[in-house]
Amino acid sequence: MDNTKRYDRLLERYRNGDLNRRSFLGLIGAAGAAYGLQTPFAGYANAQSVSQVRFDGWGGVVSEAFRKHAFDPYTAATGIDVVDGTFSGGDEYLAQVRSSQEGEYNIAHLSGVFDYARYVNFGLTVELNTANIPNMELVMDALTDAYRRVTPDYLSAVPYNYGTTGLAYNRKFISDEEMKEKGASILIDEGYKGKIGGWSDWRTRIWYGALQTDQDPNNITDMEAVWDAIRSHRDLALKYWGSGAELMSLLAEEEIYVTEGWSGRIAALQEQGHDIGYYDPPNGFGWQECLFVIKGSPVEACEELLNFMLAPETSIAVAEGQNYPPALDGTKVDLGSKIPTLPAYDPTGTLDALTFADPGYWNGNEAEWSETFSRVQRGF
Amino acid sequence: MQSIFDILGIYWINAYHSVNLYLINGATRMSIERREARQPWILLSPALAAVALLLFVPLMFIVVYSFWLRSAVGADTAGFHLDNWQKALSDPFYRYILLNTLKIAAITTVLCAALGYPAAYFIARSRGNKMILLLLLMLPFWISYIIRTMSWINILGASGAVNTALMSLGIIASPIQMLYNEAAVILGLVHFLLPFMVLNVYVSLEGIDTNLEDAATSLGATRWQSFLQVTLPLSLPGLAAGGLLCFVLGAGTYITPLVLGGPRDAMFANLVFEAIITQLNWPLGSALSLLLLMVLGVLVAIYNRYLGMSQLAKGLG
Repeated sequence: MDNTKRYDRLLERYRNGDLNRRSFLGLIGAAGAAYGLQTPFAGYANAQSVSQVRFDGWGGVVSEAFRKHAFDPYTAATGIDVVDGTFSGGDEYLAQVRSSQEGEYNIAHLSGVFDYARYVNFGLTVELNTANIPNMELVMDALTDAYRRVTPDYLSAVPYNYGTTGLAYNRKFISDEEMKEKGASILIDEGYKGKIGGWSDWRTRIWYGALQTDQDPNNITDMEAVWDAIRSHRDLALKYWGSGAELMSLLAEEEIYVTEGWSGRIAALQEQGHDIGYYDPPNGFGWQECLFVIKGSPVEACEELLNFMLAPETSIAVAEGQNYPPALDGTKVDLGSKIPTLPAYDPTGTLDALTFADPGYWNGNEAEWSETFSRVQRGF
Repeated sequence: MQSIFDILGIYWINAYHSVNLYLINGATRMSIERREARQPWILLSPALAAVALLLFVPLMFIVVYSFWLRSAVGADTAGFHLDNWQKALSDPFYRYILLNTLKIAAITTVLCAALGYPAAYFIARSRGNKMILLLLLMLPFWISYIIRTMSWINILGASGAVNTALMSLGIIASPIQMLYNEAAVILGLVHFLLPFMVLNVYVSLEGIDTNLEDAATSLGATRWQSFLQVTLPLSLPGLAAGGLLCFVLGAGTYITPLVLGGPRDAMFANLVFEAIITQLNWPLGSALSLLLLMVLGVLVAIYNRYLGMSQLAKGLG
């Protein structure tokens, strides 16, 4: 059997003088072009037999918990590798997904129902067969229903965890009583000028602007009053933070005394021994996160992975790692000893105590409000 | 004895060979010339292909995008619309941020020149330890720009090195607020850009013949006069090249105001980032990024017109 490659045979003929240089280079070039042309189709051919699934999330302890409790057992059971990537923000990630090829990104740990709605608007959904995800039975109906209101006929994601963006304050300078008395208005209290922080996210700024002007965040009637409240906060704030790490650093280093904060991050600060209080004011910002399967992904393989990720041991490990309660219903599953102590945890499984952003309302105003916030932030 | 025909025959053959040789030589020369003319293009072709694919083609995409529109749900509407350009050029908000960006870049450049020139002069005129000094100058490049920027939080923060030292010495009772303002942004930019200025000025100073300074001194000039009238004018191209680099890089930054700036502090690149990433308005973001590119392009063109790009290449090389 002749084991030599065509290239070797051509090279030998060229060296022997049987083939001129032009013909030799022409044949090599043609081979390269042929390979280049067939490669994209070869990719589709490979996709028929799934060898890997990509997961993108927030990184850190969450990724470690996923790797240990979900990805490795899943790979052992199915032979499919899980490639995990991280992102620092949902907006940035959506921009990446929009500019990618279909199938490049598979599962993402997305924030908020409004994010789910945005992916729906961009036509990035798949139709999940929930019968292939038996652990969905353990999930709170209140969380699943929020997604069903956006896509009544199907689901492209499974709920995974929830939390709140409440008020975080340094107890050395602000008492629990003062916080309860002032609520969201403490963020525009002149007495704390230069010691106030805030998330640079336009939704959170507007939500808290609504609370500071005694309006329903899901039905704002006086938007100008909200912008004025945001301007007041901007002038009193030392810094708009952009990540959980920055939030924790600003509070821990006492650069700021009060800000809104993510419940899980504040719980992490408390675990580290910092005397930081956390308070969800009436109508505080509740949110839920999901595992979203993106259009072009191998759906069945993703469904199987989602089932591994929703398994109680994985969900609980991830929840304990990131300090956000899991989507599992506490009335159906024993969530252990730590989770019931986490901020925002709802033992009833109904989530009636939390207020979530109405995705239709917020996404409908996104274009105008996000741009206006960019101006207001800079002094306009 | 040779007949006239033989002589004519030999002459003809010689003439034929001469013409033939001339033609062959000519053809060979032509072929060599052609090959020589082609050679630079062949050598340049990988770089040209990379520039075309990685710079020109994406730039064309951005140009096309800038004429599209963002729909209410976030998807883009293809077409030829001037709305984004009209907004970018006429909206006072964008004009204000652009001017503020140019102002911050200009202040940074002046500070880099003021701090960088003496350092470059010291390195250029030092004996023996030049390589170590240049290595020290390059050292910050081994650390990520973001980490270098964030390091200021540990130096100037409320519980940073400066405040802790001042409080432990009893000079201040409570921390001084030094971060999260425009001054902190400029400080971060100077920290980032100073090596570019020093390198450019150093290259320029290294090229100056020190005998010229000695000649000026021997003609009665003081050391200061010799510096002002000989060294400084001769090193101006390096200073200008460093200035251009600092200005262009400074005007295009977005990390520094994000990390060290307060709520209001933003540069034009932050608006581009917000338009594309936060607002998902790629068409407007494209128009804004092209606007910044054009403004900086005009500055580079002015520099090139009066000073040429060769000095810049020396400083970078």
